[in-house]
Amino acid sequence: MARRKDNLPSLSYERKLTRRHSPVLARSVPYVTILLGSLLPSLALTNTMPFFPPFGFMLLLAWRLYRPGFMPMWVGLPLGAFDDLFSGQPMGSAILLWSLTMIVLDYIEQRFPWRGFWQDWFVAAIAVSAYLIIAIFASGTVPTLQHFAVVAPQVLLSVLLYPIIAIMVAGLDRMRLVRFRELD
Amino acid sequence: MARSSSRNSGFSRKAQFSLFTGYLAAFLGAVIGLALLIVSIWQPQSFAGLRGLANDATRPAGQGTAVVRDEGQGFFESVQGYLEAGSQNSKLKQELEVARIRLKESDDVAQENAQLRGLLGLQELEQPPIVTTRLIGSSSTSARRFAYMAAGRNQGVGNGMPVRSERGIVGRVLETSRNTARVLLLTDSASALPVRRSTDNVVALARGRGDGLLQIRLINLGLNPLEVGDLLVTSGTGGYFQPGVAVAIVQELNDEGALARLVADPVSTNFVAVTPIWQPEAVYASQVPEEEPLVEPEPESEGEGNDAENANEGTPGTQDGE
Repeated sequence: MARRKDNLPSLSYERKLTRRHSPVLARSVPYVTILLGSLLPSLALTNTMPFFPPFGFMLLLAWRLYRPGFMPMWVGLPLGAFDDLFSGQPMGSAILLWSLTMIVLDYIEQRFPWRGFWQDWFVAAIAVSAYLIIAIFASGTVPTLQHFAVVAPQVLLSVLLYPIIAIMVAGLDRMRLVRFRELD
Repeated sequence: MARSSSRNSGFSRKAQFSLFTGYLAAFLGAVIGLALLIVSIWQPQSFAGLRGLANDATRPAGQGTAVVRDEGQGFFESVQGYLEAGSQNSKLKQELEVARIRLKESDDVAQENAQLRGLLGLQELEQPPIVTTRLIGSSSTSARRFAYMAAGRNQGVGNGMPVRSERGIVGRVLETSRNTARVLLLTDSASALPVRRSTDNVVALARGRGDGLLQIRLINLGLNPLEVGDLLVTSGTGGYFQPGVAVAIVQELNDEGALARLVADPVSTNFVAVTPIWQPEAVYASQVPEEEPLVEPEPESEGEGNDAENANEGTPGTQDGE
């Protein structure tokens, strides 16, 4: 497999003689943001019905779509386990769904090797809708009509939020590849 | 532009796993997830320790956001107050609302008094709360309705204890860790609470629907005696909740009974009080299988109030919301 040099938007992000990336930053930012995204909804308002978009999952989607191949396929296991600790879902629900997401996204990528914002949004919308609906079945309750009625605004909010998350991820990706001046 | 896919990207060393190994690992992750999911639906308490550790760790952050949330709400309320008729307006409205609930509750107390007058020597004392604390978080993405509060075993909180705000019942403690506890909110679809109408003895079961409303199921069949606007209070059946605390207001009648709106909406709840289980003996008795004889329960540390000894004849029932 040939090493691609041209998959970064601009040469200004390339390593230079006296400036280079911080390996810690470059490798940790996606994971840290996904973990924070899992944590965020649990700190929010206590409400009588679910309304928050699943930030952890949406950040996973955005990073996976924005930087294919950055995260290993099995990343759903550790990140999903962390999400399960805070989401209120039974343990194992996010591990299962996030792992399946990684497999499905890889399959989609093979079938449709071209990328574009609209396609990414479409894929993310389908993924997050399916995730929220399947999560009801995995939540340990007997699903009723009300559960699905309540999830509809949450799905809509999540789908509409994806572009903002994608822009955020793009910004974080630039931050991830900031070059620091070498002192020695 | 075609994607720089996981198979040709040289950016990350991790991506140099072969495709087969990657798939295998992801499938393995999914299988592990499925196994854990089955275990935790079958035995819901199995990962309580891990969750407890995680929640204890994020407790300071939760408290921080809770404070910000309170003050944010306070800020918006005062802005709203100025827009309407001055900042006092919103505060007075709140007080009036609480007073109305108290007034309805006092109907209930009067009725209860009449009942108890016949049963001399049987007195229920208001139980002092074990701890008063903040709600620091909730499961706001999941279909389940849990809240987390900033007090746990170290503060004397135990499983099953009622959680209430100044307005009414919020839920029941489901899991405790050292300094946090998970509360099953009334609107969760696994929650069922025996209630009755505040003015008479119409008894029903308030079940969470998962969408913010409670389904009130009447226990006695026949004509539906409920009316829109009726206040429902705890009946004390089951032994967990002290009777006469506000739960919900009937919003809409339906075939099974009614739909009711919570009195103590967790959104506007900042502080909650945890009270001991009202009748620990009744709760214990409901957990013993029918074939086994009832023996003296193990002394629970906080469950026994000073009124628990003389009240075991007065236990209204032993089933806990079926």
